Amino acid sequence: MDSETATISADGHGGHPAPTSFWRKYIFSVDHKVIGIQFLFTSLFFALIGGALAMLIRTQLAWPFREVPGFFPTSGGVMLPEAYIAMVTMHGTIMIFFVIIPILSGAFGNFLIPLMVGARDMAFPRLNMYSYWIMVPAFLVMLAAFFVEGGTAAAGWTSYPPLSALADMVPGSGMGQTLWIVSLLLVGTSSLMGAINYITTIVLMRAKGLTTFRLPLTIWALFITAILVLLATPVLTSALILLLLDRGMGTHFFLPDGGGNPILWQHLFWFYSHPAVYIMILPAMGITSDVISTFARKPLFGYRPMVYSIMAIAGLGFIVWGHHMFVSGMSPVLGVTFMTSTMMIALPSAIKTFNWLGTLWGGNIHFTSAMLNAIAFVAMFIIGGLTGVFAAATPVDIFIHDTHWIVGHIHYVLFGGSLFGVFAGLYYWFPKMFGRMMDERLGKIHFALTFITFNLVFFPMFILGASGMPRRLADPYQYEFLAPLQGLNQFMTYSAFVLFLSQLILIGNFAWSLFRGRQAAANPWQANTLEWATTSPPPHDNFETIPVVYRGAYEYASPLIAEDYLPQHRWLDGATPTTVPQPAGD
Amino acid sequence: MSGTMSVGAVREHPLPEGTEQPFPGLSTEKFAVWLFLASEVMFFAGLIVAYLTIRYSSPSWPVVSEVLNVPLVAANTFILIVSSVTMVLAFDRAERGEAQFRYFLLATAVLGTIFVTIQAVEWAELMGEGIHISTNLFGATFYTLTGFHGAHVSGGVIWVLIVTIKAFRGRYAKNPLGVELVGLYWHFVDVVWIILFTILYLI
Amino acid sequence: MTVESISTFGNEVDSLFLIILIVTGFAFVLTEGLLIYFLIRYRHRDGSKARYIHGNRQVEILWTLVPGLMLFGLAIYQTGAWQLIRQILPAESEALVIAVEARQFEWHPTYPGADGRLGTDDDIEAPINVIQVPVNRKVIVRLSADDVLHSFFVPALRVKQDAVPGRPISLWFEATKVGQYEIACTELCGLGHYRMRAFLTVAEPADFEAWLAEIEAR
Repeated sequence: MDSETATISADGHGGHPAPTSFWRKYIFSVDHKVIGIQFLFTSLFFALIGGALAMLIRTQLAWPFREVPGFFPTSGGVMLPEAYIAMVTMHGTIMIFFVIIPILSGAFGNFLIPLMVGARDMAFPRLNMYSYWIMVPAFLVMLAAFFVEGGTAAAGWTSYPPLSALADMVPGSGMGQTLWIVSLLLVGTSSLMGAINYITTIVLMRAKGLTTFRLPLTIWALFITAILVLLATPVLTSALILLLLDRGMGTHFFLPDGGGNPILWQHLFWFYSHPAVYIMILPAMGITSDVISTFARKPLFGYRPMVYSIMAIAGLGFIVWGHHMFVSGMSPVLGVTFMTSTMMIALPSAIKTFNWLGTLWGGNIHFTSAMLNAIAFVAMFIIGGLTGVFAAATPVDIFIHDTHWIVGHIHYVLFGGSLFGVFAGLYYWFPKMFGRMMDERLGKIHFALTFITFNLVFFPMFILGASGMPRRLADPYQYEFLAPLQGLNQFMTYSAFVLFLSQLILIGNFAWSLFRGRQAAANPWQANTLEWATTSPPPHDNFETIPVVYRGAYEYASPLIAEDYLPQHRWLDGATPTTVPQPAGD
Repeated sequence: MSGTMSVGAVREHPLPEGTEQPFPGLSTEKFAVWLFLASEVMFFAGLIVAYLTIRYSSPSWPVVSEVLNVPLVAANTFILIVSSVTMVLAFDRAERGEAQFRYFLLATAVLGTIFVTIQAVEWAELMGEGIHISTNLFGATFYTLTGFHGAHVSGGVIWVLIVTIKAFRGRYAKNPLGVELVGLYWHFVDVVWIILFTILYLI
Repeated sequence: MTVESISTFGNEVDSLFLIILIVTGFAFVLTEGLLIYFLIRYRHRDGSKARYIHGNRQVEILWTLVPGLMLFGLAIYQTGAWQLIRQILPAESEALVIAVEARQFEWHPTYPGADGRLGTDDDIEAPINVIQVPVNRKVIVRLSADDVLHSFFVPALRVKQDAVPGRPISLWFEATKVGQYEIACTELCGLGHYRMRAFLTVAEPADFEAWLAEIEAR
């Protein structure tokens, strides 16, 4: 085996020698922990940009065409309609492709997978490094679009042609849209590299004793997510290429003037983008399960139903894409089939919710910052999921499609869900990543402010949607039926400002704790999974000796021992050792 | 999972023998190449579905046997299939430790290059007749599908050449995995072509 | 929905909304209520220990079947409404058929002339951004777009349909109340998307005929 690729080394677990130079240690590192942290920092940076764009959007919706101090110098401080739709487009694009996906899969996936499966690194450390560094040109290209003539893409993150295909239809459809496409092609390549690495590592590099049904749910979720990434992303790639050809090579795949069909784009786009939303939620669900179990000091309720539900969500996620297209002109018969599959996909999510409740029931609950955020995931995901049922109901969707109901729904699942899941993961694994504890009091203040203001901003969107307020309108209030909603929108905007500012508490806590946080022990939360079986932070090759696993990941409150936690790798006297092959399964 | 509420169902289980290898003997590289091929299947699926829906919802479509040089491309298809045979022979000989495997690798690269060349000739013919990518949907789908396939073959030829050069330097004498990996990719590219040939030229 | 419903199938849509609201509302209260209760009841106190339990098959089956049947039931229940609104169009002979073309950033309605058919020489091109229809009469709108995607949204009618360039799409409605109602574009179509505002005027049949005659004369 090629020593440079250093996949499976002598002890069979993917080690490679520790780097010595600064560049190799922190910049061009093949160490999954460093790469994970690189993804983390860049994602947090883009979260600030995406959040700032959201503040601009909220400003416009509160006071359309009023001067915004410090912005829009070329138009007298006023956000022009073309700027508004560019903001909306870039907010969505950045949050999805440069924040949520990279932070869940790129940061947590990279950092945790080898540690939680008991390996020294990913299967392909160099490929891993490339998967981060290809994001850098992706970032630069996307950011460059802010400075080109015509500005960034402005056809929505959904980029429907003909608007996105024809440069003269909106200023952003010039160079900005081309850069958007190129950037996403690079992001997709990064995602695919990561997916191949994650799947290979999880399937083939688990420590002894870590059978499939002893894997923690964080790993299950990252694993299934990687399969979604592997199979769905290439379809987006094909769609982006066809769009690029329509824009630059004179083809008419999506342009009716040459016999093309705009709805074809929607099918190809949503075939990826619907699984993409599960790519964005499943890892957060896995994190939530692990955090809740740890801080309820209780086994996860319904481990196998939880695993099967993740699989069901992913599988069904491939056959619901048409629910974004009920009013697109798609055949109404498909409306029935997609409505049915969409209704059914609510079921595995409901099962998971009940199992989280089951985990809390009879527990011994400690309200750490991580736990508060994980509980918030459950509470907010319930709202996000239930409001999705309205959208799944095609006759109702006719009314609420492309209104703020949908904006509320997506933010309850993506922010209320995924982002609170990210926060839970950050507070939980910060000690493991950086060897220090974050400040718990600041964590709780951040949580409380975020939770309250989040609901103040996004819950009213269901009222807006039920009132028929469309999305992406630079000035909704010229419609008489919407004018009364301006006051509510202003209230939401003030709440949004507080929400955004509250994130500074997290950033401050994060930054301060990096340098001044209390030193972290190997297992500060007294948790069971393998990442806690090594120091905080772990050494370069993760474990002094690779652990051996004797049990599942959720043996809290076990009657076998005095402590209320029983790590997966802990050897118990009297537990039967074996050199005899055992039957497969739990 | 226990079906009853009994608290006492303890979860201690003995340690299974050996590492957790669900597929004994499977290398991470081979597994990864299969995963990569799965993603490539989805990429071509996107393009193929686009082509089929465009073609079968179009009010009119050229009669492909009259527009395309089917005999030439049929011969080209045969060449690509032969290149898969030489690739199979390359891996077989490499596994047996027979040095001639290197020549079979070289033959594969040569045949692959011929394939791409003949494709380029076909493209030139078509463009000479005024059919370009922007002419109509037939042109757009034809050049896009054959173009991306041709790009994949070209990438494959480069990969085969790299493996060939390494082979002539003595690699793979003890472990032919690298030959097997490029072989997997090569066969995939061949299978995709058979599908494309069928749906672009034969129906 | 807070906008008054003035179409025949509007009530179906609104009552479906209400049913879903009741079902999801019940689910919301149950789950969030249990959540809050568990957080309080099972919070850590000195000496407390969690139950060592991994799950329960019966309860898993229960909370799989019950929501599953409810969701499936909801799916079946609403297919009728969807069929009514979308899958079955009234016959053109019994409806007023008008063409509406969307373009950046206005709506262009066309009415049939004396021959009663669209697409003939005596078609009447109405002023932009006003669509007038008679009350209590089935109307079919043949929707098209000239340049990019738009979407024809009439909240009061509970009607929405994307306008796709190159493919005309028909939708139908029957308005039940005289008055003027707003139309909005709900598919991002460029910088003027926010001001693609139009009006649906529902008039008594006599007033409608008079208006049609007047614009034809112009």
